[in-house]
Amino acid sequence: MIEIQNLNKKFGKLNVLNEVNLFTKKGECIALIGPNGCGKTTLIKSILGMVIPDNGSINFDGHSILNKFEYRNNIGYMPQIGRYPDNMTVGQIFEMVKEIRQNSNLDLELYESFKIAEIIDKKMSTLSGGTTQKVSASLAFMFNPEVLILDEPTAGLDPIASEILKEKILKEKARGKLILITSHLLSELDDLVSEIVFMQDGCIQFHKSVQLLKSETQEDKISKAIAQILKSTSNFKSHE
Amino acid sequence: MNKIIKIIFLDILKSKIVIAYTIILAILSWSSFTLEGNATKGILTILNVILFTVPLVSILFSAIYIYNSSEFIEMILSQPVKREKIWIGIFSGLSLSLCLAFLLGSGISLLVYSFDSIGFMMILMGLLITIIFVSLACLCSILTRDKTKGIGISIMIWLYFAILFDGIILFLLFQFSDYPIEKAMVGITTLNPIDLARIQILMQLEVSAMMGYTGAIFKNLLGTSIGLLISFVLLCLWFFVPFYISKKKFAKKDL
Repeated sequence: MIEIQNLNKKFGKLNVLNEVNLFTKKGECIALIGPNGCGKTTLIKSILGMVIPDNGSINFDGHSILNKFEYRNNIGYMPQIGRYPDNMTVGQIFEMVKEIRQNSNLDLELYESFKIAEIIDKKMSTLSGGTTQKVSASLAFMFNPEVLILDEPTAGLDPIASEILKEKILKEKARGKLILITSHLLSELDDLVSEIVFMQDGCIQFHKSVQLLKSETQEDKISKAIAQILKSTSNFKSHE
Repeated sequence: MNKIIKIIFLDILKSKIVIAYTIILAILSWSSFTLEGNATKGILTILNVILFTVPLVSILFSAIYIYNSSEFIEMILSQPVKREKIWIGIFSGLSLSLCLAFLLGSGISLLVYSFDSIGFMMILMGLLITIIFVSLACLCSILTRDKTKGIGISIMIWLYFAILFDGIILFLLFQFSDYPIEKAMVGITTLNPIDLARIQILMQLEVSAMMGYTGAIFKNLLGTSIGLLISFVLLCLWFFVPFYISKKKFAKKDL
């Protein structure tokens, strides 16, 4: 579905992405994890065409995304911090995106369970961080995209809302969609993801399925498995 | 593309600043026509008002608007929309709404009191100056991410074209008054869109005689239909080139 090859990006002197290679298929649910500033969001933004990589290629369904925009019809993106025009109301935002997408096959499940209709007349600037996240999530899922890119989806959501969102993610995963999640809350990922991509300093350290990861480390939780890998690599480094 | 132009156009029309701008232009235009008995005198008064306020409002409002819509740009960019269309949409939306404000504010009174070539020329120049300074604002706001810096650059550009440029021209005239620099002067004038617009209207008003020998040269070079065409093309270049550069830069910008 999405193939990334030898992707490089520098912001000034900082090497944010360094020879990143990533291959993904339909029906996978991939967790993109790593410390702050390791390039997760930059990688996501490159897939969306918001950041233009210095070199390397990104293919979507076998076609390069360079200077293309149609492929974004198949992507639902939920940003880490949703930034919307302050003087527009929630309803206007939805109307605008609907008009741009021109997709009649709407999925209103999240829209309804987050009760967006009740805040439809509120201005975006008056919404709390969590409510803004709910708007972002509803927009990302609304147009039945084949690929869902969720940047820290549950950060800022209350427990009930994040549970609703997790159920929705599982449902879409069962439908065979490709889902990319970045998160720091490893415990939340346990029942969601099927693959783990670990990034550090702009490089992908490993890309393994959850099962393999668990059997290699003999742990039953992702968080513990990751912690063990980090420990063993740091031990390895200190022995050097 | 039309969708984005429409969204931005409607958004700007709701803005209080644009409404106030329209009303101020209307007050200035109507009062200068009613206070001056002679339509030509009225036109000359409006000319100076327009060449002073229109560029300032166009460049400042546009620069501030573009900086404030960074969220909007980011949001639209994650949707299936072509990058260039977003930028063209912002430029067209800003130009259209500010041109409409100018037409409603000054255009009506100009058509009422001076329904002839001078009035039309005045409206055309007002519209072109609006678009030129919107395009310069696009360039300023893409050059730097910092809002304060970008607005500062916009004010400097306006200050340069509206005030400093004339000072430099006067300085040159005094320094080189012993040489025949009249023709060179015409060339230098083309470097400033405001001056170009002003001279075009003065030519129409037949007051170039008051400008002495330089006026005669201007009349010779710019007063003819070819001169008219050339200055029109130059004015078009003045909005096309800055916008084109900003569009190229926007296509490569990381958001």
